[in-house]
Amino acid sequence: MTHGSHPPRVISVEGLSRVEGEGSLRVEVRDGTVMDVALEIFEPPRYFEALLVGRHFTEAPDITARICGICPVAYQMSACAAMEDACGVTVDEHVGRLRRLLYCGEWIQSHALHIYLLHAPDFLGCADAVELAQRDRVAVERGLQIKRTGNLVMETVGGRAVHPVNVRVGGFYRAPDPASVRALIEPLRRARDAALTTVEWVAGFEFPDVTGDYRFVALRDGDRYAIERGRPASSDGLDVSPAEFADLVVEEHVARSTALHARLEGKDPYLTGPLARYALNGEKLSPMAAEAAGRAGLSPVCTNPFQSIVVRAVELVLACDEALSLAESYTPPDPPALTLTPRAGVGTGATEAPRGLLFHQYEIDGSGIIRWARIVPPTSQNQLTIEADLRRVAQDAIELGDDELRWRCEQSVRNHDPCISCAAHFLDIKVVPS
Amino acid sequence: MTEPIASRPGDDVSTSAPDSDPRPTLAVWKFASCDGCQLSLLDCEDELLSLADAVHIAHFTEMSRATITGPYDVSLVEGSITTSADARRIRQIRDSSRRLVTIGACATAGGIQGLRNFAASGEYVRTVYAHPEYISSLDTSTPIAEHVEVDFELHGCPIDRHQLLEVITATLAGRRPVIAGHSVCQECKGRGTVCLLVSEGIACLGPVTRTGCGALCPTVGRGCFGCFGPAETTNTPSLAAHLRRQGMAAVDVSRLFRTFNASAPAFLDESVAQGGSLPVTRRVAFGADDPEEVS
Repeated sequence: MTHGSHPPRVISVEGLSRVEGEGSLRVEVRDGTVMDVALEIFEPPRYFEALLVGRHFTEAPDITARICGICPVAYQMSACAAMEDACGVTVDEHVGRLRRLLYCGEWIQSHALHIYLLHAPDFLGCADAVELAQRDRVAVERGLQIKRTGNLVMETVGGRAVHPVNVRVGGFYRAPDPASVRALIEPLRRARDAALTTVEWVAGFEFPDVTGDYRFVALRDGDRYAIERGRPASSDGLDVSPAEFADLVVEEHVARSTALHARLEGKDPYLTGPLARYALNGEKLSPMAAEAAGRAGLSPVCTNPFQSIVVRAVELVLACDEALSLAESYTPPDPPALTLTPRAGVGTGATEAPRGLLFHQYEIDGSGIIRWARIVPPTSQNQLTIEADLRRVAQDAIELGDDELRWRCEQSVRNHDPCISCAAHFLDIKVVPS
Repeated sequence: MTEPIASRPGDDVSTSAPDSDPRPTLAVWKFASCDGCQLSLLDCEDELLSLADAVHIAHFTEMSRATITGPYDVSLVEGSITTSADARRIRQIRDSSRRLVTIGACATAGGIQGLRNFAASGEYVRTVYAHPEYISSLDTSTPIAEHVEVDFELHGCPIDRHQLLEVITATLAGRRPVIAGHSVCQECKGRGTVCLLVSEGIACLGPVTRTGCGALCPTVGRGCFGCFGPAETTNTPSLAAHLRRQGMAAVDVSRLFRTFNASAPAFLDESVAQGGSLPVTRRVAFGADDPEEVS
C-alpha cells in the first residue's frame, strides 16, 4: 500500500465514545491530503430481520424496540405503522395524538442526552459531562432536568422509559388517565424554558467553519413538523409514499461494516435527522421554536454539521412545545386501540427517530405471521454522508496535531448522533496522518 | 492484569488512575445489546452527578472519551457473547475486575438475539447480509456467566434503574444486593391488581416471571411478557397447561416463552416442551470453548 518514502499519517480511534453502540474511525493522510476515511462498525450483528420471521405481527413493536434502548419508541411507532399499513387501517386522531405525545417524550429524552451528555463536552474541551459538571454544574443539571421530563412523558404514556410496554399495533393497551397527563404540564413548561436556555447556550459555542453539501431527506406531514408519520421528501424534490421510498433505497453490504450502507435510487448518499428535518420542515416549527432558531442566528437551511447541536436544541423546544399542547388538550382515545385483522400483504411504516428517518417493511400472511422483514435505521442511511463529512472536516483541520485532529474527527461523527446499536445492525474511528 | 482490553472503545485515550484518588473505580462494558441497560445508568438523572462524585467512572464509552486502565473495583457488563473476539474480551475484563455484575436480559440470558440459538446454522446471517463471508459471528448468543464467573446478575429487559443503584451501592459496600426474586404475580396480588389470566383469560407470564418492573403490564391491562426472565421458583408446566386449557395453541405458548429470555433454562425447557425447536447447544455434542464462527 505504501508507495511513497514516508508512511502515511494515520489517525485512528479504536472505539468511538459518546455514541450509542460500538464502532471506530480511521483517516489516512498522505502529503497533507486525506486519502481515505472509514467509519467502521463492529457492533456485533443481532439479526433482527431474521429473528422476526415466524413471529406474530403483533410482536413486532416489542421485539424491534430491543434494537435500540435510546430510541425504542421510534422502533415501536414504525413497526405499528407498517403493520397497520399491511392490514389496511388508519388509527384515529386521538390515538395519533397520544402517539405523538409519547414520541415527543423520546425526542426530549434523546436530544437532551445527546446535547448535554454526548456532544456539548466536545465544544467545551471536556472528556465527558462529569468533567463539564465540575466547571458548569448548573448547565449539566439543566440537561438532566430536561431529560428527566422526557422520561416522565414516556413513563406516563408508555409505562416505562426504556422499552415502553403500553404500545400495541392499533394503538395503546390502556389510555393514560387525564389526571396523569395533566401532571405533565408543569414539568413540560419548565423543560421548555430550559430548552430555550439550551438554544442560547449552544448557540454561543464556537463552530468550525465547515459547509456540507447535503441531500436532505425527511418526512413531511401537512402543516405539522413531521414526527410520527408523513411522506418521505428530499431537498431535490422527491415526494413519495413510505412504500415508494422503500423501493428507492438500495442497501449495500460492505466489508468494513455490520451496518448496511443505504443509497437513494442507487445515487448519491443522503442525510436524514435534525439538519434535514429543519431544512425541509423549518417553516412548520412552533412559533416559540422558530423564534429561538432566529435568535440563535440559524438561517433557514443549516449546512454546518457542527451546528446540528443548535438545530437539535431548537427541536428540543419544539418537542416540549408540542408535548405541552398535546397534554393540555388530551382526550383519552376510546377505544385505546383498534382491533386489527391480519391480511396477507406487505406494509411499510416510516417515522422520524430522534436521529433520523426510520422505516420498517414487513410481509405478513393471512394468519398474521411475519414472512420477511426489512428495517432501515437512520444511521445506515447517514453512514456514507458521515464519512463524506469526516473527509471534509479532516481535510479542513489537517494542520492540527494528532490528538486535536483525532478529537475533531470524533466530534464530526458525533455531529450526527449516530446510533451504532441501531445500525448494526456502527463505527470504529482510526485516523491515519503522513 | 493491566493489559489493555482488546481494541475497544476509549482505549486510545487511556491513562492510569491517579494514586491520590481514593474513590472506587467503576467500569461499564458493552457486548451484543441495545444500550438500554447502560442508558438506565444515565437515566438516574437525580443520582448521576452524586454517583460520579462517589465513584471514579473509569470506563464508560457511551458517556466519556476518557478511560483509565484496570484493575477496576466493579465492572458492569451489558450484552451477550456472539463473537469469538468477544468471548476472549470478556475473559480479559473478568481478569481486570474485582467484582463483575451482569446487567440485563442479554448479559444474563442471551437476549432477543439468542433466538439464533434455535435456528439452523448460518440461516440468520444469510437472511440479513448479502455477503455472509464479511460477517464473523457465532451461531449462538450466550450469557456472560457461560464464559466467566459472575458475582451478581441483575435481570430485566431493560433493568430497573432503582435496582441498578442498589446493586452498585451494595457491591461497593461489599454486601449482597437486596433484589427480590419472587414473581410478578405476587406483585400484582400485593397491589390489588385484578388477575388478567383468571378474570379475562389473557395470556400472562406473571406467575413465572421475576418481579422488578413493578408489574407494569398488568396495570395497563396487558399480560406479562416475561422481560425479567424466570422467577427464582417457577412452575412453567402448570402455567403452560392452563394456557393450553384456555385454548391457546402450543406454538403460541412456545413463542410466548421465546423472547428476551428465551435461553433462560425454565423458559427454554417449557418452549421446547410445547414443541419449539431444540437449541443448537442441545443438538451438538459438547464442543470446544470457542465454537466455530459462521462465515
